[in-house]
Amino acid sequence: MFRRERSIPLRGSAAALCNNLSVLQLPVRNLTHFGVVHGPSAQLLSFAPEGLPLAQRQLHAKEGAGVSPPLITQVHWCVLPFRVLLVLTSHRGIQMFESDGSIMVYWHALDSGDASPVQAVFARGIAASGHFICVGTWSGRVLVFDIPAKGPNIVLSEELAGHQTPITDIATERAQGQDCVADMVTADDSGLLCVWRSGPEFKLLTRIPGFGVPCPSVQLWQGTVAAGYGNGQVRLYEASTGTLHVQINAHARAICALDLAPEVGKLLSAAEDTFVHIWKLSRSPESVSIEVEHCHGECVPDTQVCGARFCDPSGSSFAVTGYDLAEILRFSSILLPVQQKKGRPSWPTC
Amino acid sequence: MSVRTLPLLFLNLGGEMLYILDQRLRAQNVPGDKARKVLNDIVSTMFNRKFMEELFKPQELYSKKALRTVYDRLAHASIIRLNQASMDKLYDLMTVAFKYQVLMCPRPKDVLLVTFNHLDAIKGLIRDSPAILNQVDETFQQLTEVYGGLSAGEFQLIRQTLLIFFQDLHIRVSIFLKDRVQNSNGRFVLPVSGPVPWGTEVPGLIRMFNSKGEEVKTVEFKHGGNYVAAPKEGSFELYGDRVLKLGTNMYSVNRPVETHMSGASKNLASQTQESIAPNPLAKEELNFLARLLGGMETKKPSDPEAGFRLNLFATEEEEEQAALTRPEELSYEVINIQATQDQQRSEELARIMGEFEITDAPRQSASKGDDLLAMMDEL
Repeated sequence: MFRRERSIPLRGSAAALCNNLSVLQLPVRNLTHFGVVHGPSAQLLSFAPEGLPLAQRQLHAKEGAGVSPPLITQVHWCVLPFRVLLVLTSHRGIQMFESDGSIMVYWHALDSGDASPVQAVFARGIAASGHFICVGTWSGRVLVFDIPAKGPNIVLSEELAGHQTPITDIATERAQGQDCVADMVTADDSGLLCVWRSGPEFKLLTRIPGFGVPCPSVQLWQGTVAAGYGNGQVRLYEASTGTLHVQINAHARAICALDLAPEVGKLLSAAEDTFVHIWKLSRSPESVSIEVEHCHGECVPDTQVCGARFCDPSGSSFAVTGYDLAEILRFSSILLPVQQKKGRPSWPTC
Repeated sequence: MSVRTLPLLFLNLGGEMLYILDQRLRAQNVPGDKARKVLNDIVSTMFNRKFMEELFKPQELYSKKALRTVYDRLAHASIIRLNQASMDKLYDLMTVAFKYQVLMCPRPKDVLLVTFNHLDAIKGLIRDSPAILNQVDETFQQLTEVYGGLSAGEFQLIRQTLLIFFQDLHIRVSIFLKDRVQNSNGRFVLPVSGPVPWGTEVPGLIRMFNSKGEEVKTVEFKHGGNYVAAPKEGSFELYGDRVLKLGTNMYSVNRPVETHMSGASKNLASQTQESIAPNPLAKEELNFLARLLGGMETKKPSDPEAGFRLNLFATEEEEEQAALTRPEELSYEVINIQATQDQQRSEELARIMGEFEITDAPRQSASKGDDLLAMMDEL
């Protein structure tokens, strides 16, 4: 149901981090941007379908006091109402660039004051929420930056306390309803999830406790939290109450990435077991429970996957990065007509 | 990344080194008492208390080059002599083996079981020496103290740090190729069958619950692999069944240890960039070496005639050939030292160098500084 497309070569292999692929879809310009962390550098690529990569750029973490070149933990595009920024987190701090990575517009150095000598200090976990960008840190604090419509006057507006262990991932979505405040979920190394309502001040709504394994990746869709765990499970919770609705024994190794195609409710999970799975989420209108259907599983042979993203809003194509792999693997769906009725094919639900 | 990675890296690589040296000593028919002396000397140097103290201090990982210098010193803490080609090959085998073990760990915490497998085997190699056995047991205690209480998240960070250290290393090892553990392009085979890690369920099940928490539906799906449940958890005690085979001696069957000097990575651009850029870490790496090697009490052989050459290759011709044909990008260049202006550091290095045995005739040189650089170049 999916076929391999031509891979995109990378200058440097992907590092063994979680959520190690960011994709910015620009359908109007028929372009896709990819971002991958190599280690001390991150690589940005622009890609047009059927063409060679159009542009490449390498970014490095800003140096600071320290012994070795700082390692980057994540690179991610944040789509805000009036602009798109590229955020890069490292063991020194947080850098924000214009979306093509050409100009750095903001730098925030991490404060390692509270850290004991055995603690690694870093920022990790990036998401846009309305006109805010939220970034997680090693201490569990989530930094909320207020982003103006243009220019570099970015301000740290709030520090959210809810976690005690390093943040792994943050997910947001625009809330359904009249008030245009987005909802947010943060995850950490202990598996704890915090659900927030954003606003001039963020409010903690629910805490969903962990169970002894990290939660490296999390997504939010129509009030449903989708969380991927270090023991290979995907769990779906009701965001407002924290109730567990679905538990999937999805993978045989730690999950490293989740992605959503929100328009169609498709969830993608990727893990170190070399598999990528695609799931269809739905809410039945009568009951308030969440249902899940498995659509597709893809094995990426001999590859410890470290990043995976949908490449189009309908979730019919996705891209994957793997540890030590110096290319981005791409897959796109081959939809075959199931039945011919009056000359019109009907497509499978997934 | 994690500042607790060095002890695990050092002990596991050291373990692999001992496996290989043990195999070569037997392959070269070295008499039992000499072979035992070699292993005893290396193990007692490795597990020396002062050295372990330095090792266990929270610190970031240094480069592969810096680490190789430590193993070179360690190997020569015994009466064996290894020339450059054999030392290169030894280090290649050590690093590829441990990279494989880290990659294949079912859970991040299992890297501790791999370490315990190495320690168990080391104890087997030196079982006639109770004093050294005690040193190893003490290190075991230290490992349990430092790592026993770490969370899954902290182990995940350690694992990621180790994998970043080993990134882009694709040297092919004959034994791995024969056992189908490595592909011909140097990438490791990742099986999609076998037991799942302890704490993970076999994939294939979707369970759905209502808002009261009652299970209302169960659906199976085809996940593509062929997994079974984990039989039991490995033991983290001083003695116990580790269950995991990673880190046990794969050279105990008498098999030749060849490596293929393939182009390690297709991305030569990134490789050369790393080697030609001036090394800003030289200072820090020197300090690291000074600290670590300072704690390593290397003994001078009582009888210089007792020293003998160990060859990692089947013949001397092969060894010479390997030295000549080693690809540029895989050479372990010595640490590029800028002029050592720092008086104190020079003195400290001089003290350490004083403990090293110099096999060649002393050079005629104008200054002490030149001597030091020259001697470091010979390492």
